[in-house]
Amino acid sequence: MPDALQNGEILAQEEPARAEKGTSLWKDAFHRLAKNRLAVGGGIFLAFMVALALATPWLAPYAYDAQDLDLGAAPPSATHWAGTDTLGRDLFTRILYGGRISLMVGFAATGVSLLVGVLYGAIAGYVGGRTDSILMRIVDILYALPFTIFVVILMVFFGRNMMLLFLAIGAVQWLTMARIVRGQVLSLKRADFIDAAVVLGYSRRRIILRHIIPNVLGPVIVYTTLTIPNVMLLEAFLSFLGLGVQAPMSSWGVLIKEGADVMEEYPWLLLFPSLALSATLFALNFLGDGLRDALDPRAAKD
Amino acid sequence: MTRFIVKRLIEIVPVLFIIVTLVFFMIRLAPGGPFDAEKSAPPEVLENLEAYYHLDLPLHRQYLMYLGQLVHGDLGPSFKNSNFSVNELIALGFPVSLELGLYALAIALVIGLASGISASLKPNSARDYVPMSLAMAGICIPNFVLGPLLVLVFALWLGWLPASGWDGPLHKILPALTLGAAYAAYVARLTRGSMLEILSQDFIRTARAKGLSEARVVLRHALRGGIQPVVSFLGPAAAGLLSGSFVIETIFQIPGLGRFFVQAAFNRDYTMILGTVLFYASLILVFNLAVDVIEAFLDPRIREEHRNHA
Repeated sequence: MPDALQNGEILAQEEPARAEKGTSLWKDAFHRLAKNRLAVGGGIFLAFMVALALATPWLAPYAYDAQDLDLGAAPPSATHWAGTDTLGRDLFTRILYGGRISLMVGFAATGVSLLVGVLYGAIAGYVGGRTDSILMRIVDILYALPFTIFVVILMVFFGRNMMLLFLAIGAVQWLTMARIVRGQVLSLKRADFIDAAVVLGYSRRRIILRHIIPNVLGPVIVYTTLTIPNVMLLEAFLSFLGLGVQAPMSSWGVLIKEGADVMEEYPWLLLFPSLALSATLFALNFLGDGLRDALDPRAAKD
Repeated sequence: MTRFIVKRLIEIVPVLFIIVTLVFFMIRLAPGGPFDAEKSAPPEVLENLEAYYHLDLPLHRQYLMYLGQLVHGDLGPSFKNSNFSVNELIALGFPVSLELGLYALAIALVIGLASGISASLKPNSARDYVPMSLAMAGICIPNFVLGPLLVLVFALWLGWLPASGWDGPLHKILPALTLGAAYAAYVARLTRGSMLEILSQDFIRTARAKGLSEARVVLRHALRGGIQPVVSFLGPAAAGLLSGSFVIETIFQIPGLGRFFVQAAFNRDYTMILGTVLFYASLILVFNLAVDVIEAFLDPRIREEHRNHA
């Protein structure tokens, strides 16, 4: 009984102190981020792209599959800002719609990898012991697999549907996330407030969900921001090989592929979609780098 | 160290077994088959084809037969290129992919290490900002964008280099650059980061105080530690160079293994898919092992760890 009281006291003393430290940490990080002009620029650009993607149905000057075969492929002009493709479809409109798909795949597949990776890593790190070594051994083995090859096979054989694309890409990307989270959890496990939660008799589930996961958020946010560009690249890679989104829908990868096929005659069909994809990737990487410097100053720059 | 290597080599076998099993059943349980395109062929011909390749047997028997062949190192006949065995096709395609990969790797290491070291010696100067901005561009411009753009400029507009093919040394410049660019960018960033950290440490000050030349301090004392993240990166990079070559070989129409693999996947050429996947997987596993050995060679602490775990 005195033990429990004592722990209760420790908890009561630590709670406000931790909360204060917590806010200052996040505030600190925010200040550091706000000073990084590249990261802020990246963030603003990204917000702009997301807003464009959301508003596309109202913004797009033409329907994405509206053809004008008489016009054919025309260079950029006042009526078609980015020109038209070989079927006379407005390229600006198609880039807007393609961006919707590319960003959606980027966010959704990153979401899958986030969910799986964080849970897996948190469980391995928290439970520890043999469970941990078995779970991490599985990750080691999966790391050694030629995953791109698996994704290609999966997409060829099981049709090109969007759900599968999310799952396949998400399945490739969760491994590093699991490793990062596990490392964090291992060091958190020895923290006093976790001992306190155990002594208070909280269930493992509650401790993992309420105490551990909120504390590993920093590195997770950083890595998530850096996963999104990887995912978008992978989707574009699959689309480029003809395994991504199907016509008449398109993503930036599909547009780049179509543009590359006819670049000699109509270079704008390659240039504009490439520009859209690369600019978004730049923004995400700058934001991710900035977040890492702000949230996790000790992490090595890689 | 020998025990560690032997242990890891033995571990490769079950991993490969899992991969074969997984891919075998994945591609066989999926709808469609290698002879779908030959619908016009009379049913007797199709039956004969299937009997010839044992596709008429129950799946588990086909699986066991395949494993039996594998033990003898035989990857079977290709379904689509019926005059060739899978072994022959890999022997044809791989040297091309290897050559391309080695050029790309050389470009990545030479450009990446040089600009990374140079940037770390003068941080926050033009010598740092210019190559690091280029490195960021290298990461954000995917190879399937860079490739066509390079072709557009250097082959179609300027006419200096051929746009595709794999005949002479001139044909190899654009593909190697395209494949190597992103890796050069990663290597440069990794080198800069780790060199900055190491150059600020005490033993570097000591080395300088001893009066060693700057070149010796940087290249012998700092680089040995500074190169380690780059070495760790080479494992995943090898895998990336392989899958990167799917795209590069498709863009530049290079008769390498990457292009064979993509074609095999589209054609549902079962044996060719399994053969290339197995080949790639073994390559990646062996490469990861090689990376671990090099790391241990560079860092005595890692060697000690292997000794304790082996």
